[in-house]
Amino acid sequence: MIPELGNLALVLALCLAVLQATLPLAGSLNGNGRWLALARTAAVGQAVFVTLAFAILVHAFAVNDFSVAYVAANSNTALPLVYRITATWGGHEGSLLLWVQTLALWTVAVVAFSGQLPRATSARVLAVMGLVAIGFLAFTLFTSNPFDRSLPAPPDGRDLNPLLQDVGMIVHPPLLYMGYVGFSVAFAFAIAALIGGELDAAWARWARPWTLVAWTFLTLGIFLGSFWAYYELGWGGWWFWDAVENASFMPWLVGAALIHSLAVTEKRGAFRNWTVLLAILAFSLSLLGTFLVRSGVLTSVHAFASDPRRGLFILVFLAIVIGGSLALFAWRAPAVGLGGRFALFSRESLLLVNNVLLLVAAATVLLGTLYPLFLDAVGGGKISVGPPYFEAVFVPLMVPVLLLAAVGPFVAWKSGSARDVALRLRPAALFAAVSGAAAFLVAHLSPAVAVGLLLGAWTLGATLQLVVRHLRHAPRGTPLVARASRQGAAWWGMVVAHAGVGIFVVGVTLVKGTETADDVSLRVGGSARAGDYTFTFEALEKVRASNYVGARATFAVAHDGAPVATLHPEKRYYTVQQMPTTEAAIDRGFARDLYVALGEATRDGTWTVRIQHKPFMGWIWAGCLVIAAGGLLAAVDRRYRARRVGVSDAVRAAPEIAIQVPTTSRSA
Amino acid sequence: MKRYAIPFGIFAILLVFLGIGLRLKPQEVPSPFIGKPAPAFTLTRLEQADKTFSPQELRGKVWLLNVWASWCTSCRAEHPALVAFAKQVTVPIVGLNYMDAREDGSRWLDKLGNPYALSVFDSDGKVGTDYGVYGVPETFVIDRRGNIRLKLTGPVTPEIIKNTLLPLIRELDHA
Repeated sequence: MIPELGNLALVLALCLAVLQATLPLAGSLNGNGRWLALARTAAVGQAVFVTLAFAILVHAFAVNDFSVAYVAANSNTALPLVYRITATWGGHEGSLLLWVQTLALWTVAVVAFSGQLPRATSARVLAVMGLVAIGFLAFTLFTSNPFDRSLPAPPDGRDLNPLLQDVGMIVHPPLLYMGYVGFSVAFAFAIAALIGGELDAAWARWARPWTLVAWTFLTLGIFLGSFWAYYELGWGGWWFWDAVENASFMPWLVGAALIHSLAVTEKRGAFRNWTVLLAILAFSLSLLGTFLVRSGVLTSVHAFASDPRRGLFILVFLAIVIGGSLALFAWRAPAVGLGGRFALFSRESLLLVNNVLLLVAAATVLLGTLYPLFLDAVGGGKISVGPPYFEAVFVPLMVPVLLLAAVGPFVAWKSGSARDVALRLRPAALFAAVSGAAAFLVAHLSPAVAVGLLLGAWTLGATLQLVVRHLRHAPRGTPLVARASRQGAAWWGMVVAHAGVGIFVVGVTLVKGTETADDVSLRVGGSARAGDYTFTFEALEKVRASNYVGARATFAVAHDGAPVATLHPEKRYYTVQQMPTTEAAIDRGFARDLYVALGEATRDGTWTVRIQHKPFMGWIWAGCLVIAAGGLLAAVDRRYRARRVGVSDAVRAAPEIAIQVPTTSRSA
Repeated sequence: MKRYAIPFGIFAILLVFLGIGLRLKPQEVPSPFIGKPAPAFTLTRLEQADKTFSPQELRGKVWLLNVWASWCTSCRAEHPALVAFAKQVTVPIVGLNYMDAREDGSRWLDKLGNPYALSVFDSDGKVGTDYGVYGVPETFVIDRRGNIRLKLTGPVTPEIIKNTLLPLIRELDHA
C-alpha cells in the first residue's frame, strides 16, 4: 500500500509543478498579483510531495519490499542497511527520483533566499524551475516509475551492483546531482532575464552565489567520482575520459566560464549576452549528460540499463528546454545589449579570452564524446575515442588558460598596462622558470613534465604574489585581519581556487610523468619493486561477508629496507550478482601513493598483482578540494547577503571596483 | 539577430544526431577495447603443443574468444551453457586457457566437454593482460575485421546467450 502512496505523491507533485510553471509566469506578464504569489506556494508544495515520494522509496529499500520491482532489481536481504538505503539511487528509476528530489531542494532554497528579488523575477525563476520539474516528473511517472510492482514478489532481490557497494555511492551521486541540478537555478535566472529583458548588475549579483554553490557541488561530485574510481575500479587510474565523466566535466568547464563571466557582468555590466548564453549552456550540458547516461546511445561504466522509449522522451524534453531557451536567446538577446566597453588589454578582455578557451575546451570534450555517435550515425562504423584524443586536444588548450588565469587578477578593469603587469609578475615568472628548469635539468624529467611544473609553479607563484601584494598594500600598523578583510570573501575565494588549480596541475603533472606501475606474478613470500619501494607478499587469508566471499592479502612495503606500510588488497566475489571485484589497497602520503591490487590467482597460488608508485597523487585530490573551498568561500561573500539593492544599472555598481582593484600602483 | 541564432542552429544539428543515435544498437559492456582491433598474439594450442594459433587466421569471420581456466570455479558454472551454445552456432569459439597447466586444462575439457573450436595456451597470462582480463571467465566477440565488438565479464548464462550473444552474432554475420 505504501508504494502506491509514493506514486500518488509523484502525481500530486506533477500537478503542482504544472501550477508552478504556468500561472506565475502568466502573472508576471499580465501583472496579476495572485498568480505571482502562487509561485512560492506551489513550489513548496511540489517539493514536499517529491520528498514524500523519495522517503517512501527509501523506506521500501529499508524494509526489503521486493514486491516493488525496482527494489527487487537493486537490493538484497544480505545487503547491509546503509547500502540498501543508497541503493535507492543505484539504478535508473531511483537516480531519476534523486534528480527530481535535488531539484526540489534547490527550488525550496530559491523560495527561502529570494526575498530580496523583485516579485516578478522570483516568480519567473520559480516558473522556469517548475517547467524543468514537469519534464522530469513526467519522465519518472511515464517511463521509469520506481514504484511499479512486480507481483508475486520474488523471495529475494538481485542485489546492488558490487561496484556500487561503497562509501563513494553514499556521497558521489547526491553531490554530483546537487551540481548538475544547481545549474538549473542559474538557467532559470537567465531565462527570467530574457523574458523580462532586465539584465543588469543586480541580476548578476543574484545569480552569482547560486552558480558558485552549484559549481562547488559539481567540483566535489566529480572529485569524489574520480577518487572512488581510483580505489574501486582496481586499475589505479583516476580519470578515464569516459563518456559520463565527460558529461559531468563539460558543465563544469562551462560553469567555470560562467562564474567568471558573471563577475564581469556584475562589476562592469559587460558580457551580458555571453553570461546568459553560458548559463543556458551549463544547464543544457547537464541535461545532455542525463540524456547520454540514460538513453543508451553511448557506452560507459555509468550507463543505466536503457530503453529507447526513455531516450526518445529525454530527447524531446531536451529539444523543448534547450531548443526553446536558445530560440528565446536568439529572439531576446539583441534587446539585452552588450554593456560596458573595454580596451584590448584589460581584465575584461583577458577574462573573455579565458572564457572562450574554456568553452572551446568544453566543445572539444563534447566532440570527442559524441564523435563515435556521429560516425556511427553516418554509417562509419563503431569506434571509441580514448584518452589519446583528449590528452592531445584538451591539454594544449589548458596551457594558455593557466598562463592567463594567473595574470588576470593583476590587470585593471577597463584598461590595463601590459608593461606594468609584466614587470610586476617578474617574481612569479622567475619562480616558474626555475621550477621548470630544475625539473628538466636537475631531476631529469621529460620536457612535458617540466612544462607542466612550470605552469603549476606559475599559477601558484602569481597567486601567492597577489596575496602578498594585497596584505602589504595598507597603511603601516594595520592588523593582518583588517588587511585581509579589505577584500571580500569573493576575492579570497578566487585566490584559493586559483591556488587549488596550481596544486592540481602540479599533482597531475607529477603523477602522469613519474608514476611507475608493474603487473607481476607473485606467490606468498615473493616480492617486487615499483619506484624505490619493495612490495613483499606476506600472507593470504580467506574472508567471508554477508554477500561476498574473497581473499585478503597482506603486503609489506619497504623503502631502502625500512618498513613503510602494510597493505591489504582484496579480491571479492559477490555471490548474488556473480561478479568479481578488486579492492585495491592504498597507502596515501604527502608526496606519494603506494598502490596494490590483486588480479587473478592460479591454482598453485600464484597471483597476478598490480603494484604502483604514484608520486604526488594526493596533490590531485588536494587541488580539487582547495578549488571547491575557493568556490564555497566566494559564494558566502557578504555582498550577496545584502538586503535588496536598489542599484539597477551596472555603472552605479562600479565604485566598488575602485576599492577592489588597487589600480596600477607599483608599491608591490 | 542572426548571430544570436547560431547556438540554436548548432543545437538543432546536434539534436538530429542524437535522434539518430537513439536508433542505433548500444554497445554492451564498457571496455576500452570495444571497437579496437583485437590484440594480436601467437600461442601454442592447448592440446597440440606443436601447433600455434593467432587471431589473424580468423580474419573475415565472426568469432568468440572465451577466457577460461581449470582452476576457475565460475568457468565450471558457465561451461554447460557454453557447450550448449557451441552446438547452436556456427561461429568458432576460441578458448584462451589462462594461467593454467596444460594437463589440467586438457583433462578438464575431456571430462566436461569441449565447446571450443580450439583452445590456446596462455601459461603466463601475457595475452590475457593484453586483452585487459581482470576476472575469469571473460568473453569477447570479434567481428570480421578483427575488431572487438563486445566484452562480457563473468560467466555466460543462457539468458545472455539468448538476449545478447545470438542477436549480436546474427547482426555481425550479416553485416
